[in-house]
Amino acid sequence: MLARTGRRKPSTRSVWVVWIETAFEWVIRLCGISAILFVLGIFYFVFSKAAPIFFESEFSIAEFLFSTQWYPTSEVNVRYGVLALIVGTLSVTLLSMLIAVPFGLGAAIFVSEFCGPKLKESLKIVIELLAAIPSVVWGFIGLTVMKTIIEKTTGAEMGLNVLNGGIILALMSVPIIVSIGEDALKAVPDSYREAGIALGATRWQLVYRVLLPAAKTGLLAAVLLGVGRAIGETMAVLMATGHAVNIPGSLVDPVRTLTATIAAELGEAPEGANHYRVLFMVGVLLFTITFIINITADLVIRGIRRK
Amino acid sequence: MVTSDGNRAAACQANAPAAVRNKIEIRDLRLSYGKKEVLHGVSFDIHENEILGVIGPAQSGKTSMLRCLNRTIDFTADATWTGSINVDGEEVGRMRNVYELRRKIGMVAPLPVGLPMSIYDNVAFAPRCSGMKSKSELDGLVEKCLTQAALWDEVKERLDSLGTKLSGGQQQRLTIARALSHQPEVLCLDEFSIAIDPVTTMRIEDVLKELKSEMTIILVTNLVQQARRLAARTLFLWEGEIVELGSTESMFGPNPKDKRTFDYVNGIFG
Amino acid sequence: MESGPTLFGETALTRRKQRTEAVAKHVFFAMALAMIIPLALIIGYLVVKAWPALSIDFLLDPPLRGMKAGGIWPALLGTIYLVIVSLAVAAPIGVLAAVYLNEYAKDNWFNRVINLAVINLAGVPSIVHALFGLGAFVLAAKFGKSIIAASLTLAVMTLPVIIASTREALAAVPRPFREACWNVGATRWQTIQSVVLPNSISGILTGIILQVSRAAGETAPIMFTGALFFKAVERGDLFAYSLTDQCMALSMHLYVISTQVPGVPEALPYATAVVLLGAVLLVNITAISLRIHMRARKKW
Repeated sequence: MLARTGRRKPSTRSVWVVWIETAFEWVIRLCGISAILFVLGIFYFVFSKAAPIFFESEFSIAEFLFSTQWYPTSEVNVRYGVLALIVGTLSVTLLSMLIAVPFGLGAAIFVSEFCGPKLKESLKIVIELLAAIPSVVWGFIGLTVMKTIIEKTTGAEMGLNVLNGGIILALMSVPIIVSIGEDALKAVPDSYREAGIALGATRWQLVYRVLLPAAKTGLLAAVLLGVGRAIGETMAVLMATGHAVNIPGSLVDPVRTLTATIAAELGEAPEGANHYRVLFMVGVLLFTITFIINITADLVIRGIRRK
Repeated sequence: MVTSDGNRAAACQANAPAAVRNKIEIRDLRLSYGKKEVLHGVSFDIHENEILGVIGPAQSGKTSMLRCLNRTIDFTADATWTGSINVDGEEVGRMRNVYELRRKIGMVAPLPVGLPMSIYDNVAFAPRCSGMKSKSELDGLVEKCLTQAALWDEVKERLDSLGTKLSGGQQQRLTIARALSHQPEVLCLDEFSIAIDPVTTMRIEDVLKELKSEMTIILVTNLVQQARRLAARTLFLWEGEIVELGSTESMFGPNPKDKRTFDYVNGIFG
Repeated sequence: MESGPTLFGETALTRRKQRTEAVAKHVFFAMALAMIIPLALIIGYLVVKAWPALSIDFLLDPPLRGMKAGGIWPALLGTIYLVIVSLAVAAPIGVLAAVYLNEYAKDNWFNRVINLAVINLAGVPSIVHALFGLGAFVLAAKFGKSIIAASLTLAVMTLPVIIASTREALAAVPRPFREACWNVGATRWQTIQSVVLPNSISGILTGIILQVSRAAGETAPIMFTGALFFKAVERGDLFAYSLTDQCMALSMHLYVISTQVPGVPEALPYATAVVLLGAVLLVNITAISLRIHMRARKKW
């Protein structure tokens, strides 16, 4: 019989080990909290650089939001209206979504419902690689390849325009729509599929009648995140949209977006000047828009999980 | 219905032989997950060096009770409990060093869990966590625990292979070896036999009979006959309340105190 | 029995069903291909255009004659510096933040706020990160425009990449392993250190590799925080920059020579784009193969 060697041995771990461990837990906690600090930091630093502009006579918030006149460096007639830039951003985003949403969701449905495991694996890898292409490379593609194609096919004088930016942004947003959309479809319980198939539905009927309604909030979140990415994209639109402050009348008009304006002008604006502050103000505007979109998308996704 | 008075009476009666010492005393233990109460004021004692069988249908609060005992309930975010659990005269709820408590109470979960490390490391894990470093001491302990768990002969040639690659029954014995590795005074087994074959079950039951001389064993089981084979006293828990606690003999006899005990033990419900 | 519908025979209805089924499948397949094939063609085109300029010398030479000739060495080196420094900052913070979120955090309002913060950090436009980096690191922290300021900006921006994939890796370690450790008296940290981290290390590495690819490709965040148009660097000199210097970067260099400098021979920007793209894709493929390799030899 194996006899017990003795009653309880007190723990031999030294006080130091325990102390170090407690300290380490606090470091971990701090790292978790750091995400909040960074977001607050972003808002604080961007807003604090922009804020003094509110006390300047040549700036009014109404003009900022509702005027199309953007003459930030004019000597005689300084105007800080970003409406044209907002419209520029929206037009490119809208076009890109018109292209990316059907293709992205279609690809998500194919990957999730129609293809075999091998093909699925390879498609997901390709989509992941697509998402990894740097935005400046996308911009370069817009600037060179897409520009030539658009000039040849549409006969437009200048191939850098809404259409070019829209197509490039669409290609950039598709991966995020596909991966989030596929997650949403995967989240639909298999029992739904089995029930559908048991009733004799084809896979197409299953997708159309059962899966799309069941996954619609998740797909909405996918679209929202795609929109978020498109609005925030900088380098690609800077290089591909032609860079003219302009409310576009057609697909082949050049425009300029909020992000591209900051990227193009911040380098030349003297630190602390009104122009510099207005550019930070544009940053605040962008931060607010994407913040709202991200929160909404998160609420939508959280809503699904709760179900 | 059983009132807490009834519980106390049952507890007192079972205490009748004066020589036994109470290892654990539980008084009016209430546990809730969120707003849902799953244990409605449970009181009983566990004697030193006995095997206490705990029977009852699924969802009757058996596992939850064990998790209060070693305070791993702390890891469940929305769980709250009140009442008193006393181990060796120390109040569990007020203990600051819960790790010491958990080392005092060995716990074997329903499903076998071989940790994704070598068999040796599986058993040496707990002693290492509490600071044991000496190789020879560890070697001795690993051999002792694996032998106690009736696994040594099967694995002594391959202590370096992964614990997760053992068969289900072997993994369950590995889990028991791990629970023994921190030299507990109380061993809790939570439905240890649901994932393993009858032969292995019998081997482990033999092991438990031997271990009884060294430690207190709480055997939660869904097989009422297992309690009958091993336990001196049995507790019947149903929907978070104690229906009956008494000597196994009387509970499995023709006239238990409560009609429901008779029905459950004889398979009329549950 | 020869004619007329039998129980399992074909009817007009099932035939029509099968047709829609086939059509649907092919349409969706075409949609999936519609984004892949043009892209493959475009990348092929870039490589063809870049071919005349691509060589070892192109990688090792500095740009010459006002960036109208020569190679990309200073930009390549700058990108490497930026990536290493940002990785050194983002990897520990990101991994530990993920450990906190997955292992310590309870489901309360405070931790939901942390989650929201991570999501927003990922969603903030890169140019806004640039403004933040300019305000916080260049001006407030007085680093000036420098590698350190640009790297910190990149680190903040890429933090969510590491957090997300580390969390996924940690969550893939089954909870019973943790419970088994707690049951034998291991502390949370002992559990994490001995069971959780060793079994999620490949996922964590994947996340870190993806951070590298992200940091290497970004342009906007470094534009105003530390990247500059041109800096004279000797051919192949590995220690050309110090942390407080500004540096060239591959992504920035591509932007500059394709839009800001007139008269650059056509092959140069194409070659730069191909090098950047190739580097980023190579890093990603490494991450993917690591993931597949590790999945194949799972321990449970």
